[in-house]
Amino acid sequence: MSASPFTVTPLVRRNMRRELAARIVLGAMVAAMVLPLLAIIAYLVAKGAPLISLKFLTTNPTHGMREGGIWSALLGTIYLVVIALAVSAPIGVLCAVYLNEYAKDNWLTRIINLAVVNLAGVPSIVHALFGLGAFVLFAGIGRSILAASLTLAIMTLPVIIASTKEALAAVPMSFREACWNVGASRWQTIWSIVLPNSLSGILTGVILQVSRTAGETAPIMFTGAVFFKKIQPGTLFAYSLTDQCMALSMHLYTVTTQVTNAPEPLPYAIALVLLGAVLAVNAASIIVRSLLRSRKKW
Amino acid sequence: MTASQTDNLKRPRMARSTAAIFGERIIELLIRLCGVSAIVFVFGIFLFVLREGAPLIGKLDWTKVLFSQEWYPTSKGNVRYGVGALIVGTLSVTGLAMLFAVPFGIGAAVFVSEFSTGKVKETLKIVIEMLAAIPSIVWGFIGLSVMNRLIQEYLPAPVGLNLLNGAILLALMSVPIIVSIGEDALKAVPDSYREAAMAMGATRWQTVYRVLFPAARNGLLAAALLGVGRAIGETMAVLMATGHAVNIPKSIFDPIRTLTATIAAELGETAVGSDHYRMLFLIGVLLFSITFVVNLLADLAVRGVRKQ
Repeated sequence: MSASPFTVTPLVRRNMRRELAARIVLGAMVAAMVLPLLAIIAYLVAKGAPLISLKFLTTNPTHGMREGGIWSALLGTIYLVVIALAVSAPIGVLCAVYLNEYAKDNWLTRIINLAVVNLAGVPSIVHALFGLGAFVLFAGIGRSILAASLTLAIMTLPVIIASTKEALAAVPMSFREACWNVGASRWQTIWSIVLPNSLSGILTGVILQVSRTAGETAPIMFTGAVFFKKIQPGTLFAYSLTDQCMALSMHLYTVTTQVTNAPEPLPYAIALVLLGAVLAVNAASIIVRSLLRSRKKW
Repeated sequence: MTASQTDNLKRPRMARSTAAIFGERIIELLIRLCGVSAIVFVFGIFLFVLREGAPLIGKLDWTKVLFSQEWYPTSKGNVRYGVGALIVGTLSVTGLAMLFAVPFGIGAAVFVSEFSTGKVKETLKIVIEMLAAIPSIVWGFIGLSVMNRLIQEYLPAPVGLNLLNGAILLALMSVPIIVSIGEDALKAVPDSYREAAMAMGATRWQTVYRVLFPAARNGLLAAALLGVGRAIGETMAVLMATGHAVNIPKSIFDPIRTLTATIAAELGETAVGSDHYRMLFLIGVLLFSITFVVNLLADLAVRGVRKQ
């Protein structure tokens, strides 16, 4: 028995102890990340949930934002997200198409890639300054939903470029070659083969962009979002493009830092709605991704 | 070539209408334009922010601006724009945040990439994505309402809104980036390296420590740098959680103020075209430059990985 080549020597035992220690320490590090997330969500739910009702969502804030609901802020956020998306999704997807389908491996492509990375790294407050300088003042749009949406659109462009590029790169080269071989042009190939086959990845990027856009505060503070705006209740078209608007993120900032004597659960409820919306959208993107991945044909 | 074959070549090809060909040209032009748009936007951001701040550049004594702690932009008699304390504020909160975030982020990346499989791995990745999705304003609110109270209660701090509060929030916000980029870096190490290490009798941890860390060094460095970039640029969370006092911190319980928070807090109250307004845009240029350099370094590090 003791002559077995698999005797546990002190060295092996030490290695195994270290392995176990590493596993525990690393696991604890992951837990240190996951637990705050759960704690935050649980705390917000516990504090804010009692206030949330359909009425809370669909009535305007009243009495200096201390009473009433969050409708005007919710609608403002929807406007900002939809318009920002309408601008940045086409530009972002086409940019990714260029990078993945047209660009050669040369200096221009390298600079574009570098620009995308840097665009993603520009601080949100600098985007705000840019939006103010370029859209509000230089272009003369004024502080408005349009100016704020354009600022958000540029800010979230890298998200959509990166995810679309990844989705396009995942389409096998043989698909394109087959299409070229039957005489299709480059664009015909992209339109009829590449884009349909990468739709899930593109969609994931678009959805992620929605969640990113909805949560931003700094870029809209000086370009179109206001502390308070009275809008007509009960209609989806209460804002126009040149109006300033309220937004959920801005509303949370206002209620926590500017409004005195706000009822205690109110900011928790706003934070919960914002967080809930963002996480729900994210969950949707994960579901779309896994659904379409399971349906993949190659 | 036989006669029939040349005939074949001369026959008109299946014709597409001129409109279709023209349309395709236009679309391809559009694609090229969108392709270079990212460059245009990055330059545009720099130029427009600089344009608003530029008239003030010549009027300032720059050594004083960069190294003085006296930020009194609205003083009646003696306006002073010293951003020294703001720079120190930004660096200290970023530095402290990275002290937490880099080890935890890399550790979590190793756990996700090397020590977990299947369902656990998928779940962890989703949780990290969720963590990344929490808006900064919500973090700021957490800092203001929850962390504030916790710090006052359990730590010997006179105020709850301070350097430590902001740093913990920033750490939680930048960890997801570090994890996802770090995991990519580890994934990029060929499996043959792992197999070779295992064949030599190395444990998983030994493989990680002796083989994967050296091999993925650049990618892990890039992950840390991108985390730094994220932390420097963060605005709303630090605005709400750090106490917003112009101050060179002497301990982690001192309140501070960052470059980003200063812009966010003061821009709304300045008149367009005033010196104070232009100074805030110049701070924007400074922030842009800092993050640009950090991102450039991260990109160079990643490129190092690809070359391998």
